[in-house]
Amino acid sequence: MKTRKADPKGVMTGAHYLDGDFALAEGALAAGCRFFAGYPITPSTETAERFSERIPFVGGMFIQMEDEIASIAALIGASWSGKKVMTVTSGPGFSLMMENIGLAAMQEVPLVIANVQRGGPSTGLPTLTGQQDMMQARWGSHGDYRIIALSPDSPQECFDLTIQAFNLAELYRVPVFIMTDECVGHMHEKVVIPPADEIDLVERKWYEGPKDAYRPYKPDTDLVPFMIKTGDGYRFHTTGLTHDERGYPVINAEVQDWCVRHLIDKIDKNAEKIIKLEEEQVDGAEVVVLSYGITSRVAIKAVQDARRQGIKVGTIRLLTVWPFPEKRVQELAGKVKAMVMPEINMGQVVKELERSVAGRTKVVSVPHCGGGVHDPDVILKAIKEAVK
Amino acid sequence: MSPEAKNPIENFLRMDRIPHIWCSGCGIGTVVSSFADALEKSRLDLDKVAIVSGIGCTGRVAGYVKLDSFHTTHGRAIPFATGLKLGNPELKVVVFSGDGDIFGIGGNHFIHACRRNMDLVVICVNNFNYAMTGGQVAPTSPEKANLSTAPYGNFEYPFNVPYLAEACGATYVARWTVLHMRQVTTSILEALNHKGLSLIEVITPCVTLYARRNRLGDGLNLLKYYYENSEVRHGADTRTLDIRFQEKITCGKFIDVEKPTFLDCMNTHLTKTLGEKFRPYGV
Repeated sequence: MKTRKADPKGVMTGAHYLDGDFALAEGALAAGCRFFAGYPITPSTETAERFSERIPFVGGMFIQMEDEIASIAALIGASWSGKKVMTVTSGPGFSLMMENIGLAAMQEVPLVIANVQRGGPSTGLPTLTGQQDMMQARWGSHGDYRIIALSPDSPQECFDLTIQAFNLAELYRVPVFIMTDECVGHMHEKVVIPPADEIDLVERKWYEGPKDAYRPYKPDTDLVPFMIKTGDGYRFHTTGLTHDERGYPVINAEVQDWCVRHLIDKIDKNAEKIIKLEEEQVDGAEVVVLSYGITSRVAIKAVQDARRQGIKVGTIRLLTVWPFPEKRVQELAGKVKAMVMPEINMGQVVKELERSVAGRTKVVSVPHCGGGVHDPDVILKAIKEAVK
Repeated sequence: MSPEAKNPIENFLRMDRIPHIWCSGCGIGTVVSSFADALEKSRLDLDKVAIVSGIGCTGRVAGYVKLDSFHTTHGRAIPFATGLKLGNPELKVVVFSGDGDIFGIGGNHFIHACRRNMDLVVICVNNFNYAMTGGQVAPTSPEKANLSTAPYGNFEYPFNVPYLAEACGATYVARWTVLHMRQVTTSILEALNHKGLSLIEVITPCVTLYARRNRLGDGLNLLKYYYENSEVRHGADTRTLDIRFQEKITCGKFIDVEKPTFLDCMNTHLTKTLGEKFRPYGV
């Protein structure tokens, strides 16, 4: 893995008062994103506005496309031109992007999509929060593939995790989603942007061998193939069809097996390196609350109240939601009485928790249909019932 | 020809992927030959030429041409190409796809690329139907033509493609039948040298589906029929360019105007508005 320091041109070093949407744009600029294609949608639009305002002075491209389908198609093209690329959207736009998310996964194209989630389904609650696209992020495009999804809980983390998202996208040649939500997107807080020389950026895995030996889909030792830029004279081919190492389409079950397993293995086998969790008082806990994004901040109140009432509660905050921290929850499964998972959906990531612990620990879902955050007392009640 | 002699087109093709999948009598390969010929004549640095296709029979062109080549999703070749071009403006980007791909599922992207005068060459092979999936009715199918999803004949109005392109802002528009090989080559060459959105529509027989279903004879018959039933009217009013079932096809170069491209407009405007703080992009 090659890294370099951020280009100071894109880094607005200092302490700022920003909302999450703006912090996403600043994170992208600091991470070296120089191509943004998007389409307006509430509650994510401010990110596009901020990027369009800042990019002329940094040097790069902002284009408002005719729809979200065009936006992500343009991102894939620009990523093949060697740019770091990003778009931002919300539920309906995320749905429209799904087909080309599959193309990006299949062609192994680094790109970052922030989804500032709102309540759904359909037009749902454009101005109110939700966490209902978590499974869509994982499975939304057809076929089998893997992606990475991160979930920030504050404007500061919108900045920090956007840089992480770019690093992961480049490292694994994969679409990375920043699954934030309306609350974090519109929440104003202090955001500290470090100096450029304190921001480490992962370089794309550029191929440097002889031109005629280049194989766009030959996995390297870390399972990730090397990449090249369009226009560098490789005359390469890439397709959304099932393909071999050369990127040539081959329509049979054997090559399909190789191709699909590769997309899955490069993430699954590197999962422990990808996953970032924040744990607190998990050792000796009788119950662990798992949460992500805005829900983590609401859960804190419930956890504090439960501790005051004498319950030993640990917390795990998922900064990485996909891949799911299966190994870690399995380690805890025999040790804690229960795991409680509040989410602003009818129970999505909790299903993955249930699957992982496989009945060895009681799992309690605390659902919410969206439009607001949980009442901490509802989470507290679930904690108390879980340890009964 | 000595055994070592190569067909000059081999330099432009991925010979390790030949034979191709197109039916004998199909015109797509002929358009590819004209494209290769135009590339050679253009003397462009081929390392800097990229080709993007969508899905369908013509969508397979990108897979056979030895350039940086992208086989994308159905209808999305134009926005993909837009990203590729804006990601690296020194590239010459060619979209090579079919009528269903560009004007059906991809219609919205086509009109917006024209509106922006995006610097792309769009080569559209129009065979009047969705061929890869079995000859279904398309937005270009002539009225009365029989298609597998219009089994009693098509009753929808088709697009007049050059009129659509001109109305939306394309700055180079030509139409030929596939047997106009030299003219197709010339138009592609002109388009490669043109700054802005160029559209070349090439009328091509689909011998296996459209021709058979409508009892129009074999591929060779239909190639000749289209050619012989065409008239060349350069600069014709694009409102007059409707194609009716087995009637005269007007060909020629209809539009060739200079107009600032998307990037020109962006750089000019932001330089004027922001002054020296703005560094023009991609120049």
